[in-house]
Amino acid sequence: MASPQMVMYDEEFKQINAVIDKLLRDANAKVIFLVDKNGQLISGVGEVERFDTTSLASLTAGNIAATGGLAKLIGEKEFSILFHEGEKDNLHISIVGGRVILVVLFDSRSSLGLVRLRVKKASDELTVIFDSLMQKAEEKEKSGATDFPFAEITDDDIDNLFS
Amino acid sequence: MSFINYASREINCKIVYYGPGLCGKTTNLQYVYQKTAPDAKGKMISLATETERTLFFDFLPLALGEIRGFKTRFHLYTVPGQVFYDASRKLILKGVDGVVFVADSQEERYDANIESMDNLRYNMTEQGYDLDKIPFVIQYNKRDLPNAMSVEELRRDLNTTGVMDFEACAATGEGVFETLKAVAKLILIDLKKGQ
Repeated sequence: MASPQMVMYDEEFKQINAVIDKLLRDANAKVIFLVDKNGQLISGVGEVERFDTTSLASLTAGNIAATGGLAKLIGEKEFSILFHEGEKDNLHISIVGGRVILVVLFDSRSSLGLVRLRVKKASDELTVIFDSLMQKAEEKEKSGATDFPFAEITDDDIDNLFS
Repeated sequence: MSFINYASREINCKIVYYGPGLCGKTTNLQYVYQKTAPDAKGKMISLATETERTLFFDFLPLALGEIRGFKTRFHLYTVPGQVFYDASRKLILKGVDGVVFVADSQEERYDANIESMDNLRYNMTEQGYDLDKIPFVIQYNKRDLPNAMSVEELRRDLNTTGVMDFEACAATGEGVFETLKAVAKLILIDLKKGQ
């Protein structure tokens, strides 16, 4: 398969949230999202309820995919940072550890310089967590641990979804 | 690839609607959107041109309900069908869990169907997938039109690997949910097998 399955466990989820929570405060940002490159929202902190997070995640991933395509056309591996400047709010989008997208939304209470600085530090921490998460998922798969919720679903369970 | 979140107890899967330009991919999504209860769906996003041709993709998130305490969500995407948007089509296939090929039954779109099916197979391979190994269904759309080819002919030339196929008229909704359910079910069965 093209990429291994993305799995998130409680322990790493808490670690990740701690890092982006700190980033939210350090960078004076409004909202921070972590999105999988396939467009799935991993987590969000800050004024999350003000936004349609699912749409935001899918458009961010589309955006990264499109700029990634552009990068390849001109012979770059990827553009690892994107910045969108608005009248009030700005978006700082960066790729973490090659596979996750970190989205920071901030306004005039912060600055691009501050956000860039803080994002850099947080990215390193996130990379470590995601690396260990991947390793854990691979190990679990190899050892055949079956805490997988779908291992024992029946045809009835699936049919019930559509009734 | 599907995303399993043990922390929030969610499983997210990605379904891509593929097919030639104007075959009805967006119409399929619009019908699903109209007929789904508000609490089960998110906002539908269409990145389209002024003439309502899909430019990048349409996106519709659906929450189907729970299986064994896990919220099951499907993210439906369409690709832009027009030939020259091939670069965008490739990007949308990234991380796909299941594919619906929407064929235009009209005789004059025969070549476009074949070309698009070849393009799908090619792009899937390029992204590292094997179309024969992932959940895949075919929908023969626009069955209501007078110039529609027979299903036998379409099946012979498009469904060469004998996957599940459905007749549909996306504008009125006929066959739309049957197609979606079939691919969603295949994905869930795949998930079950995969572990």
